[in-house]
Amino acid sequence: MSTRLDQRTRDGVGESVRRVDGIPKVKGTFAYGSDLWHDQMLWGATVRSPHPHARIRAIHLAEAVASAGVHAVLTHEDVPGKKTYGLEFSDQPVLAWDRVLYAGQPVAVVAAETPELARRAAARVRVEYEELDPVLDMERALDPDAPRLHEWGNTLRHLQIEHGDPDAEAEIWVEGYYETAMQDQAALGPEAGLAIPGEDGGVDLIVTTQWLHVDRQQIAPVLNLPQDRVRITLAGVGGAFGSREDLHMQIHACMLAMHTGRPVKMSYGRDESFLAHVHRHPSRVWLRTGATRDGRLVAVRGRIVIDGGAFASSSPAVIGNATTFLAGPYDVPNAFLEGTAVYTNNPPCGAMRGFGAPQVCFAHEANMDRLARELHLDPVELRRRNALEPGSVLPTGQVVRGSAPVREVLERCRDLPMPPEPEPAPMRDPMTLPGGAGNVGHGEGLRRGVGFALGYKNIAYSEGFDDFHQARVSLFAGPDGPVAEIHTAGVECGQGFSTIVTQIAREELGVRDVVLHEADTGVDSAGSTSASRQTFMGGGAVQMASRAVAEEIFARAIARLGPEGQLGLADGEVLADGVPVVELSDLLDEPVVATRTFHHRPTTGLDERGQGDPHVMFAFGAQRAVVEVDQQLGLVRVVQLGSVLDVGRAINPQGVEGQSEGGSAQGLGLAVMEEIRMKDGRIANASFTDYLIPTMLDMPPVVTELVEDPEPDVPYGAKGIGEISTIVSTAAIVAAIRDATGRELNRAPVQPDDIVGLRQPAASRGWPPVPDVPGPRPVPEYHGADLGQSDLKPKG
Amino acid sequence: MEVRSPRTLEEALELRAAHPDSVPIAGGTDLMVQINFDHDRPDVVIDVSRLPELLRWAEEDDTLFLGAGVTYSRILRELPQIRALAEASRSVGSPQIRNRGTVGGNLGTASPAGDALPVLAAHDAEIGLSSAARGERWLAWDAFLLGVKRHALAPDELIMGTRWRPLAGPQSFSKVGTRNAMVIAIANLCFAMDQGSRTVRVALGSVAPTVVRARDAEAFLNAELERAGAWDDLAAPVTPQAVDGFAERVQAAATPIDDVRGTAAYRRHTLGVLARRALAWAVEDRAEEAMVS
Amino acid sequence: MLIRVRVNDEWREADAWEGSSLLSFLRDGLQLPGSKNACEQGECGSCSVWLDEELVCSCLVLAAQAHEREVRTVEGLAEGDRLHPVQEAFVEAGAVQCGFCTPGLVVAVTDLLERDPSPDELTVREALSGNLCRCTGYQKIMDAVRSAAERRRAGAW
Repeated sequence: MSTRLDQRTRDGVGESVRRVDGIPKVKGTFAYGSDLWHDQMLWGATVRSPHPHARIRAIHLAEAVASAGVHAVLTHEDVPGKKTYGLEFSDQPVLAWDRVLYAGQPVAVVAAETPELARRAAARVRVEYEELDPVLDMERALDPDAPRLHEWGNTLRHLQIEHGDPDAEAEIWVEGYYETAMQDQAALGPEAGLAIPGEDGGVDLIVTTQWLHVDRQQIAPVLNLPQDRVRITLAGVGGAFGSREDLHMQIHACMLAMHTGRPVKMSYGRDESFLAHVHRHPSRVWLRTGATRDGRLVAVRGRIVIDGGAFASSSPAVIGNATTFLAGPYDVPNAFLEGTAVYTNNPPCGAMRGFGAPQVCFAHEANMDRLARELHLDPVELRRRNALEPGSVLPTGQVVRGSAPVREVLERCRDLPMPPEPEPAPMRDPMTLPGGAGNVGHGEGLRRGVGFALGYKNIAYSEGFDDFHQARVSLFAGPDGPVAEIHTAGVECGQGFSTIVTQIAREELGVRDVVLHEADTGVDSAGSTSASRQTFMGGGAVQMASRAVAEEIFARAIARLGPEGQLGLADGEVLADGVPVVELSDLLDEPVVATRTFHHRPTTGLDERGQGDPHVMFAFGAQRAVVEVDQQLGLVRVVQLGSVLDVGRAINPQGVEGQSEGGSAQGLGLAVMEEIRMKDGRIANASFTDYLIPTMLDMPPVVTELVEDPEPDVPYGAKGIGEISTIVSTAAIVAAIRDATGRELNRAPVQPDDIVGLRQPAASRGWPPVPDVPGPRPVPEYHGADLGQSDLKPKG
Repeated sequence: MEVRSPRTLEEALELRAAHPDSVPIAGGTDLMVQINFDHDRPDVVIDVSRLPELLRWAEEDDTLFLGAGVTYSRILRELPQIRALAEASRSVGSPQIRNRGTVGGNLGTASPAGDALPVLAAHDAEIGLSSAARGERWLAWDAFLLGVKRHALAPDELIMGTRWRPLAGPQSFSKVGTRNAMVIAIANLCFAMDQGSRTVRVALGSVAPTVVRARDAEAFLNAELERAGAWDDLAAPVTPQAVDGFAERVQAAATPIDDVRGTAAYRRHTLGVLARRALAWAVEDRAEEAMVS
Repeated sequence: MLIRVRVNDEWREADAWEGSSLLSFLRDGLQLPGSKNACEQGECGSCSVWLDEELVCSCLVLAAQAHEREVRTVEGLAEGDRLHPVQEAFVEAGAVQCGFCTPGLVVAVTDLLERDPSPDELTVREALSGNLCRCTGYQKIMDAVRSAAERRRAGAW
């Protein structure tokens, strides 16, 4: 019997278990938000402002109301409760009434019999606007003479971090100015959902989102309903990457459903999707890095400004992250770091994979390369000398207390095999050269370059936020043996959460059959599937609940059989000191149910000097990019990405590799092609024809290696891994293009004009003025604005 | 909206005559985007995708006829010998798009970025138009393409196809975009040498309101090649001065604009690079041919 | 207008708005939502189906153009619980994340391998360049294609 001691239940933690949703997804039967259907349903459509800044003079509905097949045309006057909502602050109108603050802001909604009739009716809503002077530049927003967009002004948050001697001098300084563009998450699945009026006067909503409970928290007051009358179920989510954190059609569909008494479906097309979700913040970074002649960092002085667009969304947290990471994953004794998020009349920006870190990584890594050049040091060696390690003190005063295998990450990335040397260019199919299918070259002007970047990211929410996750685990006797059911509101948006939690329950309970209850508001909040946090937080909650179930099983076993020794569970049996004593099913006359809420360790906010203990833990990553550049045409082909990630422990190695590869593709996009282009305050490329994301001919092989140095005191030692590859790949690829071309390239994405020298490097107008703010917290907070997500507390 | 699906060309032309505002649809790769994005709601759409006259191509009497409904996939399979046309076809969209998109669609949309259009221009192609009332007529490509999304198709006509005399000599098509596939051209260039007429052709796309021929560049290079005896000596080198002069004149033929896909300056810049490369490739091809013969 | 199409070997008909794409008709008219609506302009390939055995973006086909014609969709690939070998390869290789691009890719890969059971890497990348995936970075999709090609060569279908 002793042989059973080492036998583990298959498909548990640490194995590349197949996705639980894989089969329905390959068959086309997985129901995404846009696939929802109800035989009685109406279709909603939205009327949006064409102007970035305008006063609404009047809204004329008569023509729309008279339009064929129309059941409702609603404006701000029809909002049953509170008129605004928002993720961090309630500053966003459900439907605009007085002013519109960005082109694309919703003004009215309609419901009609078919999508086409809804579109026709929406086109017949006449809105009279008086156009106002728009604020379209983030630095202009700081100008005291610029139009004020909110009652508290245009500064959303400004914070500063003082560390050591902020005026410290160094033997050598390098200075850079950097810009990154507005990037779109471009999740393929559109925003969509179905609202069904409930018999109790409430509403049932099935929707694509990243956090059911924060949606409900914002929706219920607007509908003037108690929270428990808004029941939300997750629809299949076709990718998120941050874009589903903010509400999109949720409130509008609920209003239309409650108004008409009919189910209402809303599903955005690609053009509307660009208008209806937040984007990655464009950024401007001013950065001075000082070091000794032997390559030790002495001081960093930096400033970042990000364009939050018209509404707050999660910009206060993004600027918090960006500012705390501005010096990079390095041991820096002295620093003075400032970050500002502003309101403008551009589209709202908020969460996107990396959440402020890609922008600063692009800057601090470029400065490290400059410094290495000045010092005649190998760029990897310079990073190695200054890398954070356990016990290092960050600019916020926070001590790196968990695992921080930064040097190992760096060294293993440096040592990855290089891609093979290419065949002589004339022998190659032009398809394999920069320019690809365009047949633009036979290798003329072709240069290879290699670039390197190191970065880091906080896991879970920061600055004192308690983003708890509740899970309910039930164990019951099924016809073929014991079955465990997991019920959490945790959102699967493609990254593999559902599979991970089944692996954990299987590991903890030793049962083969693990099923998932649909994610809904029938349990308490799971927090957002964001911030690389769900494996850690959801995994922790499922582990806790599973262990509570196991304890109850053990109690039953003891009551019935009184076994002696250490009890355990494996393969559907209870073990005592590794020896099976009873079948699990025999103890399940009554199911065992346990509900547990997992909290991460508490963090703190930042004080006036930016000091505190703001982040839960960190994951590090490095990438090496090899590129080929057609120097004459300014076109780039990435040849290989080497990606070494600090994962703590890989719960599902195949899934982690998928995050490394997919995250890199999004970083590649920002490096060489992805940019939302604004023209006069309007998005000029709201389509996949003009907003380009990488194709299979753009994306090279990614060589991924995982560094497994378990994080102490977290479930299985697993760190989150959703964001780090995106953070470093943009910086690494642009560094490789610099290596190939010798050009400065201080703006991402790199455009062909930059490479061929038609466009000069982005020029700074000097460090912008520091806005006058009451303190380091978001400005709306000091003005008593309604709080959003941070108000969400565990029940009971 | 109303959709009509005529079974014969006669029926289709009668429908066109009866509905002057109608819009023909074949592969739908342009029109369906307009409809899906709610940019257009034509009253009548006429499906011409199964009219046999439009689906054929033929080489007769030293002339190639390419029906308006021949897809890019078929060109790649059936006409790979027309090298520039094949290269242009390979640069169009994706396999799915090439299975639907047609040369007739490029003509009907008349976008300056239409990938096949520089190839037509380089070949001095004629465009065949037909109506029930007046029968068939042929227009030179530059009499047909009038401006951005403007052409000479009469409201009662259908585009039947295009025809040209095949050229004898090296040719190439290049398209610049910021992605390695699935991209609308920032600039297109088609270059062809014709031993028969002892002339070169260079046509540019996406750098002017319509596709244009760089006539000055052609004249300059024709003279240079004549002087070098290149038409009688496949291995005759082209001087660096000739390359420079040709590239400059190609660039001068463009009147590019800044738009969301690229800047005017970059468009002009790429034309210089592409002109040099295309000429160099042609010279190499001829040198190789000289070695073989 | 009434549109009749032979879908996955079965004649089906439904009413559709004249401007409907084949994609909308399949999804809303015939309740076959496996083909996905990610861009509706032929840029992403998520709506890939076969129209008379030819791979097309169904968003760019006017539904009326498919009248009385043969359409094969992702729903026609598996036989009950038995996945098509390409579908199996996708699940095993980890080529699925959010899955929104997956039906289109499964169709496009099947189309490719039916025509060419031994495509080299460049052929695969070119053939799939019209199928955008935002999650995977394509690497595991490449793995899935290699594995599916082996199955094809072994006569799995």
